Amino acid sequence: MPRTIIPFGPQHPVLPEPVHLDLVVEDEKVVEARPSIGFVHRGLEKLVEKKDFNEFVYIAERICGICSFIHGQTYCQAIEAIMNVTVPRRALYLRTVWGELSRLHSHLLWLGLMADAIGFESLFMHSWRVRERVLNVIESTTGGRVIFGTCKVGGVRRDVTPEALAHMMSEVDRIEHEAREITEVFLNDRTVKQRLCGVGVLSRDTAYELGCVGPTLRASGVAQDMRQLGYAAFGELEFKPVTRTEGDAHARCAVRCEEIFQSADLIRQALAKLPEGDIAVNVAGNPNGEYMARTEQPRGEVVYCVKATGAKNLQRFRVRTPTFANLPALVKLLQGCELADVPVLVLTIDPCISCTER
Amino acid sequence: MSYFAMSKLVLKSAVTKPVTTRYPFEPRRALAGSRGTLVFTRDHCVFCTVCAKRCPTGALAVNRTQKKWSIDRLLCITCGVCVEVCPKKSLVLVPAHATPTVTKDRQAF
Repeated sequence: MPRTIIPFGPQHPVLPEPVHLDLVVEDEKVVEARPSIGFVHRGLEKLVEKKDFNEFVYIAERICGICSFIHGQTYCQAIEAIMNVTVPRRALYLRTVWGELSRLHSHLLWLGLMADAIGFESLFMHSWRVRERVLNVIESTTGGRVIFGTCKVGGVRRDVTPEALAHMMSEVDRIEHEAREITEVFLNDRTVKQRLCGVGVLSRDTAYELGCVGPTLRASGVAQDMRQLGYAAFGELEFKPVTRTEGDAHARCAVRCEEIFQSADLIRQALAKLPEGDIAVNVAGNPNGEYMARTEQPRGEVVYCVKATGAKNLQRFRVRTPTFANLPALVKLLQGCELADVPVLVLTIDPCISCTER
Repeated sequence: MSYFAMSKLVLKSAVTKPVTTRYPFEPRRALAGSRGTLVFTRDHCVFCTVCAKRCPTGALAVNRTQKKWSIDRLLCITCGVCVEVCPKKSLVLVPAHATPTVTKDRQAF
């Protein structure tokens, strides 16, 4: 059977962002996939040399439009660790709440995209209907819908009033109730299961060896979640990483479905325990030192490496994003799959190309 | 495995009102607390230039001698830093979003 190369992307209906794959196919079977990235590189890491370290939070947030808040939070954590700043507990709890809200909307967005990729248009609309509710909560508490802009070095920039807290609590309950109706379909519907079960199986060992992170790794049975490090307020909240053992596309979908309820639970716990007090401390001087901060994005572990030399501009800034860590797994998943399964498999790692290329 | 997992949701949607609004006939209602537009009030301003110095994108420019305050709406990211630092509270972020900017010139007050 002669081999043919089919180009996939950078413009493809299933891809929200540009990534290119050269698919080497034999008949309808993919033999090899060669990815190429670099379509949306913006040089954000270089900008660190030009911007004040306080102002760089806004740029860190703009690395990604979906997991924006956690990017800003990770950057602040790195700077705070270098400068030995003790962030007020209320700020840590608010960061946790907003981080989990961003995870909620990211997972609901992904569920919608997944439904769209398998041709289940009505389910796609319903997922995004629930996401809209999350975005409204985010907008009324932070002021922005996707770029929150509330994190700063030393704390957060906005407080939450008691009325807003009560509103958040009731909204989280409603979101959880509505999300349950949708995840029920993802987990049990025959059409969804036939499309996803047994597709793109990644064994526990392979996932670990390829350095996968986030839901992609947890769906293969490895209980690794950076929130267990206890950053922000996670050390004082109770949760267990969601895992599945099947390692297929449906397991990755199920992990994200269950993480929606985990996030809702974490938000409730954090709001119930929210301490009184200041929301930020004054930060004086410039950072001098080096630090590596790790947090859990909706897509997996993100690593920030920050190097400062005592000037107001940092010397070096480097981000290892979750999608970059999951790309080797994607290449492995695509080997030997059916050509028609490629869009679904590409989506199961939840690719965020803007993050990857920065 | 279920054949009717979606049926409940479909039936519910069939008897309830649409979630979407008929934009632009029905304008979007701004949420309280949203960072929509930066509004400048000239009366209180002392042209101290703090807002322009602290603006992370350089969208604001203040001329102390000519008593002019100007903003490039295309650069402004409505982060609210200027509102926080303004000593005279002459800047405020209102929830409603402004109409789209169509020209590149600065808005001066």
